[in-house]
Amino acid sequence: MSDHHKETFITKYIFSLDHKMIAKQFLLTGMFMALVGMLMSAIFRVQLANPGESSILYNFLPSHWINEVGALNPDKYLALVTMHGTILVFWVLTAGLSGTFANFLIPLQIGARDMASGFINMLSYWFFFAATVVLIWSIYVPSGPASGGWTIYPPLSALPQSIPGSGTGMTLWLVAITLFIVGSLLGGLNYIVTILNLRTKGMSMKRLPLTVWALFFTAILGVLSFPVLLSCGLLLIFDRSFGTSFYLSDIVINGEVLHNIGGSPILFEHLFWFLGHPEVYIILLPALGITSEIIATNSRKPIFGYKAMVGSLLAIAFLSFVVWGHHMFMTGMNPFLGSVFTFTTLLIAIPSAVKVFNFLATLWKANIRFTPAMLFAIATVSTFITGGLTGLILGDSALDINVHDTYFVVGHFHIVMGLSAIYGMLAGVYHWFPKMYGRMMNKSLGYIHFWTTFICAYGVFFPMHFLGLAGLPRRYYTNSSFPMFDGLSDINSIITFFALSGAVVQVIFLFNFFYSIFKGPKTTKNPWKSTTLEWTTPVERIHGNWPGELPEVKRWAYDYSKPGYEDDFVPQTVELKEGEKDV
Amino acid sequence: MANVLIPLIIILAIVALVQITRVSELLGELKKIDVNNVTEEDNNTQGFLFVVIGGAFLIFVVWQMLEWNHLLLPPASSMHGEQIDALMQFTMGLILVAFFLLTPILFYFAYKYRGRKDNRAYYYPHNNKLELIWTVVPTIILTGVIIYGLKTWDSVMNVDTSDAHEIEVYSKQFQWLAREAGEDKVLGASNFKLIDATNNLGVDMEDPNSLDDKVVREVHLVVDKPVLLKFRSQDVIHSAFLPHFRVQMNCVPGLSTQFAFTPTQTTKEMKIQEGEDFDYVLLCNKICGAAHYNMQMKFVVETQEEYDAWIASQKTLDEKLLTQK
Ligand code: HEM
Ligand SMILES: [Cu+2]
Ligand SMILES: [Cu+2]
Repeated sequence: MSDHHKETFITKYIFSLDHKMIAKQFLLTGMFMALVGMLMSAIFRVQLANPGESSILYNFLPSHWINEVGALNPDKYLALVTMHGTILVFWVLTAGLSGTFANFLIPLQIGARDMASGFINMLSYWFFFAATVVLIWSIYVPSGPASGGWTIYPPLSALPQSIPGSGTGMTLWLVAITLFIVGSLLGGLNYIVTILNLRTKGMSMKRLPLTVWALFFTAILGVLSFPVLLSCGLLLIFDRSFGTSFYLSDIVINGEVLHNIGGSPILFEHLFWFLGHPEVYIILLPALGITSEIIATNSRKPIFGYKAMVGSLLAIAFLSFVVWGHHMFMTGMNPFLGSVFTFTTLLIAIPSAVKVFNFLATLWKANIRFTPAMLFAIATVSTFITGGLTGLILGDSALDINVHDTYFVVGHFHIVMGLSAIYGMLAGVYHWFPKMYGRMMNKSLGYIHFWTTFICAYGVFFPMHFLGLAGLPRRYYTNSSFPMFDGLSDINSIITFFALSGAVVQVIFLFNFFYSIFKGPKTTKNPWKSTTLEWTTPVERIHGNWPGELPEVKRWAYDYSKPGYEDDFVPQTVELKEGEKDV
Repeated sequence: MANVLIPLIIILAIVALVQITRVSELLGELKKIDVNNVTEEDNNTQGFLFVVIGGAFLIFVVWQMLEWNHLLLPPASSMHGEQIDALMQFTMGLILVAFFLLTPILFYFAYKYRGRKDNRAYYYPHNNKLELIWTVVPTIILTGVIIYGLKTWDSVMNVDTSDAHEIEVYSKQFQWLAREAGEDKVLGASNFKLIDATNNLGVDMEDPNSLDDKVVREVHLVVDKPVLLKFRSQDVIHSAFLPHFRVQMNCVPGLSTQFAFTPTQTTKEMKIQEGEDFDYVLLCNKICGAAHYNMQMKFVVETQEEYDAWIASQKTLDEKLLTQK
């Protein structure tokens, strides 16, 4: 490869075609959005603990969001939860997570010089960037950003008369998500093509590291489901701006009788959740892949049941397309249809259980090295267990009647998806930081960051199950209007305490991250003694990844502590011995 | 204020920690050791922390279950609700067992198999028999859960409503209203185009069935008598949530939805059990706008005589609209 033309600042750092640089762009944008989203949650948690009071945190907000006595306006509370959800689900855990690790790891782990199309890859980032600008801009429009929940159900999201955020803010939300979808489709297609076509010699699909498998299924899910969200959004744009009635019918608002007849808001829900449920696995699968990789490496042991791990990913990915109705049990759907969705939903628990057991079996008789990445990976398994189990309650339509849309759901999905994915992402950053920046992150700060985060995160989300079982609906500005919830204020205070503390301790991570980029100790080529290909590249970032020939793969990715070898790891490039079997 | 002070204190603590870590790193440099290398001592500490902090998490969970149990909803006040509660107990029991089994195993393994220099991990890439077992066992258990769940769902949703007392529950930003069918037991027709300041529900007064309908601001139910709630919405999606009865159904503009159930406890009985302040209440459980958090309507469960007296005191639509004209 001799395309080492001279790189200028612009081609190297801004309009870069190099997958490693694009990955870092996704990571930094994702981290920035994570901070914005986290700050929003800190603010609405303060409102929930001290309803109707003022707080210095409100100084971060546009002044017209605050009323005369200094309290947050109720519709702006909804604006905050809406933007928080949108940012975390799409910007941080979809683009931030997949964008970073798919871009970074796919070429490096399959032995490719770059993505199939560097240019499309660059476009994918810049669409995402444009989406980010529009979304942030929407926060500052006078009527406020979208406020109908991240699920933007019409008619609420369609009618500016119903909530101020459904005006310009909602328009910008739809523009932003459209740009976002274009970006993620470009990225996703690229990931799929790259994995299928650019694997180096010897890298059969059976030898792919689990990260790549997970990113592969994730990309397929995205490519199949995001277009549905796009059409769902387009129809909403038509209803909002061009007077159509796809989702609207029989509406009187502010004394005005609307002309729309024949549409159905339920149609929107079907379209939305046809993406929405696969989306939660688009978020989770990369984290599970990263976790598998890190657990195997640091257990110094092969991942247990590689085939079952791939098979269960496949089963989860497939099932995730036929369960969306479990978000709609209470829409008045035909009870028989509800039964079908209960059945398919509960089936997902089987491959999920297999994954958990295989993780445990990997740890059994291991020789665990507790890097900060390993701590986060183990925590991912813990949250996946805790949150997956409550899914059994929500997936059971009869039980969902009384917990649907309560804090029980909020607890469930934050633990199983939010925490698992955030932990997976942090684990990935700690693990591949040396590869990204050529330096090490500080270990002790990593330890402190992990334990404080672990404590605070469960402190925030576990108690929410009890709020939900007490009947408390989600998306309430305050629960003080109902005497039946008077006993819950203690729980709310506890949650807010942990939420604020949990937000603050992320400072440790940010410090460690940025300090180490510039000042961290230099790393060696393979600091974790890993078997996978990315650790055979030079420490210095070069365009094309390997200076000479591409490496050739001779074995699977998990030969840790293999009998017959001196070292406790055998890189994928090492020739099989006479008579030695590849697993 | 405490909410702000506490994080501030934490920030200061962090700054201090950062300083300490820097110093240790400098010392490491002086002594020429790599402070980022994971040592056997680190493995011991972190493994130990998994047992201690992981254990503390489990204790925290148990503590919550004991401490907050009294805050949870009381047993269901409806017939189908009792079935739901039974299914809930079964499922919750099951997931608690799984949780208290798997979580300690995870943390214990982390501790038990913490790395030592002279140790080597056991090369154990797969075991088809084991994997088959832990695919089949969850499948069997889940089959049970699914069958039990679907049976309950079926008996909750598919009920004979022919002799149920019909009430319309009507939602709009940010208020609930209800309509009783009156003497003729038939709700008059309605049309959203007829909605105005006096005719809140858009009831069609040309329909003779409408004349004796009664629009009310709280709903009264007769204990042990089946009721069929029919839901409509005027503007956006709302969700009618009656947690004490284990009832929830979305109210969707342009669509008619319903839920049938039989209340089993009068408000008076509940007040004795739960305290004088107790009232059944209908909440909105689908984000619907700024005052979503305060959209409520009282439900009262009482005896037939009490109900008869109450309904007689309510005006029919015919009377109401006449006085307004
Ligand atoms: C055994 C596995 C699981 C089952 C049976 C399950 C079931 C459910 C059900 C039925 C709901 C809807 C609850 C309601 O609104 O009433 C739900 C909500 C949710 N679940 Fe799960 N779940 C499982 C695992 C997961 C996983 C792995 C993720 C993410 C990676 C996830 C993410 C979510 C999210 C984001 C929501 C809430 C969406 C919203 O309304 O805003 N769940 N889950
Ligand atoms: Cu789902
Ligand atoms: Cu409402």
